[in-house]
Amino acid sequence: MGKSLFQKVWDSHRVGTLGDGRTQLFIGTHLIHEVTSPQAFGMLRDLGLKVKFPQRTFATIDHIVPTENQDQPADPMAAEMIEAIRKNCDDFGVTYFDLKSGKQGILHVVGPEQGITQPGTTIACGDSHTATHGAFGAIAFGIGTSQVRDVLATQTIALQEMKVRRIEVNGDLRPGVYAKDVILHIIRQLGANGGIGYAYEYAGDLFERMSMEERMTVCNMSIEGGARCGYVNPDAKTVAYLQGRPYVDNDNFEETAARWLSFASDADAHFDDIVKIDAADIEPTVTWGISPDAGISITENIPDPLNASTPEEKASIEEALAYMKLPGGTPIEGVKIDVAFLGSCTNGRLSDFREVAKYIKGHKVAANVKAIAVPGSQIVAIQCEQEGLPEIFREAGFEWRAAGCSMCLAMNPDKLIGDQLCASSSNRNFKGRQGSPTGRTVLMSPVMVAAAAIKGHVTDARNLFDLSETSAVA
Amino acid sequence: MALDPVTQASGTGVFIPGADIDTDRIIPARFMKCVTFDGLGEFAFYDVRFDSETGEKTNHPLNDERFKDASILIAGVNFGCGSSREHAPQSLAKYGFTAVIAESFAEIFYGNSTTLAMPCVMASAENITKLRAAIEAKPDTKITIDVENLKVSTCCDLEFSVKMPESARDALISGRWDPIQELIDNDAAINERAKALHYV
Repeated sequence: MGKSLFQKVWDSHRVGTLGDGRTQLFIGTHLIHEVTSPQAFGMLRDLGLKVKFPQRTFATIDHIVPTENQDQPADPMAAEMIEAIRKNCDDFGVTYFDLKSGKQGILHVVGPEQGITQPGTTIACGDSHTATHGAFGAIAFGIGTSQVRDVLATQTIALQEMKVRRIEVNGDLRPGVYAKDVILHIIRQLGANGGIGYAYEYAGDLFERMSMEERMTVCNMSIEGGARCGYVNPDAKTVAYLQGRPYVDNDNFEETAARWLSFASDADAHFDDIVKIDAADIEPTVTWGISPDAGISITENIPDPLNASTPEEKASIEEALAYMKLPGGTPIEGVKIDVAFLGSCTNGRLSDFREVAKYIKGHKVAANVKAIAVPGSQIVAIQCEQEGLPEIFREAGFEWRAAGCSMCLAMNPDKLIGDQLCASSSNRNFKGRQGSPTGRTVLMSPVMVAAAAIKGHVTDARNLFDLSETSAVA
Repeated sequence: MALDPVTQASGTGVFIPGADIDTDRIIPARFMKCVTFDGLGEFAFYDVRFDSETGEKTNHPLNDERFKDASILIAGVNFGCGSSREHAPQSLAKYGFTAVIAESFAEIFYGNSTTLAMPCVMASAENITKLRAAIEAKPDTKITIDVENLKVSTCCDLEFSVKMPESARDALISGRWDPIQELIDNDAAINERAKALHYV
């Protein structure tokens, strides 16, 4: 029997078995940011330890960076956090992409951009959206701060081996259905806790046809389905994307690429579970509640607690509807929005802004809507400028901002106010997620966010834009 | 560097209803503007404990006087989902919780909690309901989690089995819940592994 990519990467990075039975796993690449790393460096200093492989950790700032004026921290604590990561990287010899480097951005955008993210590697970061890097055939996952300390000190962590679930999606997406809809649909089908204990392998001809950016969007939200990591097998597209990037061994590229490809799951690999989904069944999907698995098609009604099958389900729907201030059993289409957010590690790459720019020309954001577009990195921002995209967004009434996590988790000044409702291309619709304890989030694809911004309410982008000729996945 | 074994946790409990209680709910992101974990205890569940407009206490269970001394948190499915922030179990521990009993846990939260010596055990929905009824009827019901034998018992006849991954149980009862020393001790094997990896 052959091996899955997960098994190959796990086996090649296994250092040994620890006393409690867990694996000591080598972390080839470690990414750190300003929020979850300062305490880890503090622990390191307390224990008198050094960073074992400083060349294998890469740092930038993303969570708290203001997007209106990047170099003016919002408050003294934000300034202290930025100063702390600068000093920590300096003291311990870690590569740090600061604001002046031109390479700063959301870690999960920066890693692939720099070619730091590579197939067949293990990648850890104190951030649950690290699974994004799985798009390249890496085993990538989020860790806590004590584990950030462990990686800094030993380049290893203690980890329980995961099971592998292959999620096979075959067939063509219908026009107006995007990678974001694919992952929202998967999470809706399998539940927010369906992936606990699993790594997800996204397979089937749909993922084979997807661009690297689309694969990143899907892998990014694995954790929203409970799976700590998710990946797509590396192929010719993966290799082509990485060739020539700064941290790739471009001098021995053929050999490197061959090694990368050898990590792909064998045809006769064992999987602990297999789920099959027909791409044609996927609709433009939006959330209505306070968990990412609360997804419905744009043409569906918000669930009615009266139709719940168990008392627990009824209570859960009622709690979500009370928070969202939405009536059950009514269409999600038409729900008024106050804010539109385009960006985040899920949908903040060049391809996302390009796609939206195609349709917003000649349209205007509704008068009562605040719409912001936030590139995922400084490089994405420059690429967008080279294509004249900021002008298109501004012309349509969007504020065009600088790179960072921004309103995905609102640790910078970009926050909802009161119970504002935000049409968001980000990844989480938790209570209070976007910075106001009563703020409300409706997750959707970037094109659906743009349509909502223009109409002033949640709407079916297929009725506003001519999406008939477009197929997100070629 | 032997650590103290964690063989049991005991105290009174508080039930926090709802599935999928995420780590943003446990500790809202704005309280992560810090460079240490000190002081996070007072912000645990902050936005559901206090009305954001009036600042007044809500009817959240943590505001219920009957449960103010609870040290065991009882919850439903997928507790601790979402963000990997260790700030979440840190804030619970600093708030005064020593253990969590839930139907199920999100994986990253689970690992983070174990590393902080905070046992998280899984109980059936039925037993959670019984435990909830017991503390509702008698809020000072003493609950004991026997980590070694994976049993929960109360002063009042209710007793049931719970689950925990064997690695977590072993780590707690053997006093190796924080693996740093063992990881460091395997330095030679780490170096060997690094050499075998082409990209390191």
